[in-house]
Amino acid sequence: MKKNTPKGQVSKLNSGDIISGKWHRNEYSIIRELGSGATGTVYLASGKGGKVAVKTGHDSMAIISEVNVLKHFSRVQGRILGPSLIDVDDYVMNGRQVPFYVMEYLKGDSLFQFMKNHSEEWAGILLVQLLTDLSMLHRAGWVFGDLKPDNLLVVGPPSRIRWIDVGGTTQIGRSIKEYTEFFDRGYWGMGTRKAEPSYDLFSACMIMVNLAFPSRFEKKKDGRQQLKEVIRSNPLLANYQSILFKGLYGKYQSAEEMRNDLVSSLNNKGRFKVSAPSQTSSGASRRSVHKKIKKKKKRAMMFETVLLGSFLFIVYLFYLISQSM
Amino acid sequence: MEMKKGTLRQVLLITDGCSNHGEDPIAMAALAREHGITINVIGILEENSPEYHQKGLREVEEIALSGGGVSQIVYTTQLSQTVQMVTKKGMTQTIHGVINSELQQILGKESTIEDLPPEKRGEVMEVVDDLGETMDLELIILVDASGSMEKKLATVQESLIDLSISLNSRIGYNQFALFAFPGKRDETELLIDWTPKLNSLTQAFTKISSGGITPTGPAIKAAINEFTNRRSRRRLITGDEEEYSEGSGF
Repeated sequence: MKKNTPKGQVSKLNSGDIISGKWHRNEYSIIRELGSGATGTVYLASGKGGKVAVKTGHDSMAIISEVNVLKHFSRVQGRILGPSLIDVDDYVMNGRQVPFYVMEYLKGDSLFQFMKNHSEEWAGILLVQLLTDLSMLHRAGWVFGDLKPDNLLVVGPPSRIRWIDVGGTTQIGRSIKEYTEFFDRGYWGMGTRKAEPSYDLFSACMIMVNLAFPSRFEKKKDGRQQLKEVIRSNPLLANYQSILFKGLYGKYQSAEEMRNDLVSSLNNKGRFKVSAPSQTSSGASRRSVHKKIKKKKKRAMMFETVLLGSFLFIVYLFYLISQSM
Repeated sequence: MEMKKGTLRQVLLITDGCSNHGEDPIAMAALAREHGITINVIGILEENSPEYHQKGLREVEEIALSGGGVSQIVYTTQLSQTVQMVTKKGMTQTIHGVINSELQQILGKESTIEDLPPEKRGEVMEVVDDLGETMDLELIILVDASGSMEKKLATVQESLIDLSISLNSRIGYNQFALFAFPGKRDETELLIDWTPKLNSLTQAFTKISSGGITPTGPAIKAAINEFTNRRSRRRLITGDEEEYSEGSGF
């Protein structure tokens, strides 16, 4: 089979290189490399409509699979979850056809960069945002799979978590396409690699653990016990202990359930009242819970304000008129 | 495009070096391919012996190339993830190959999936993914048990249990068999007979006495025989169960 080429045979693109699509005839000028993963390399490039992210890879099957996932994403109702897909094509270099696809370029901070400049409770807020998106994805019949800080970005302001690499996204009921051991419940001996919502929730908990231990750690004999001890003994993680245990043990039926637990724990925790930024952030989370109610209230309040304003204005007018008479 | 669901037959060869006994493993891999069996190879690297690698590395790649499979070189630390990745990729590649040969029948000699426009390619790939998820799998694992592998066998064992977790999360049905080479008496020894789950490995590797020779070629030959015997045995039992193999690479 001629596809049996070992990894890394696609030559790297350099700044200034121009790739042009064989089918759709669009040109992209490479600016710089953004990162590279198991299936290929992502470049920042400029196209007709401005800056875009271009992914090329040696494994054409994997690239096509990812494109399929991105296409499905655009069908998840109403909300943009992953980066949107702009173009799919091939370019020819040194006589070889290389597949690539073009996505929206998202600019932001990595999770770790963001947490360096923000207070601790942001970890909880970001997780709430992540769980909100996961619940949408799960309802649409998909599981993210390879959930980890490297595949996430914080964009903003307002700060919001976004997914940048959706290559591991798998239909519910199938086997997880791509995973990273630290975030994989199979690795820790705590479950299967079947794509189900609880698989993502495990990884979401491990993202929290990773924020507390940026250099990660390896599994010892009994993974379950090890994680338990790690969470109990770390101050950041101990805050969320009961939620993390439930998530890791697969006790949550849905992302929403875990999200709601997390939101109420963020609301109730007195310890977050101390520093100034924390108040705004716990406010933000409360805002999102009661979003709908608040919106309604807001509208009602606005109406009242307008009414009162116009009433005062009329009274004032009468006053003026009576004065001038 | 419609495809009848059949059984994927794959070999996973885990070795750390060069064969030095019996048939040429590259020739045996080519033979396996004729039988519709795909040979995937993982080469385990020793961290500090670069020269030895060059040769072993070439053999690993060539066996996979002629066996229609996937190869990957790793250090022991990344073994688990590599084992499952290579196996899954090998399965996808096999299906991909079958679809390509069907395409050639429809569209002419030079057509492959890559020649289709991206939109059509996506549809074909969805079929490939579907089949990879739902087809039944028979996997023979060949573990090199020559002297230099002795220290790595614990990690190999762990990675195979991990592989079983991955494959058993699929929708399709799995059967595994495990051989070591060299065996105690023969060039190849059956350590675990066909089983749907690989969690009974704990005892398996303790039986191995690491020998001096590395009969990779004979091990691949043994895998081919095991597949063919199994098939004829099954045919005897079930009458004629049609399997998806002849001619098209399965």
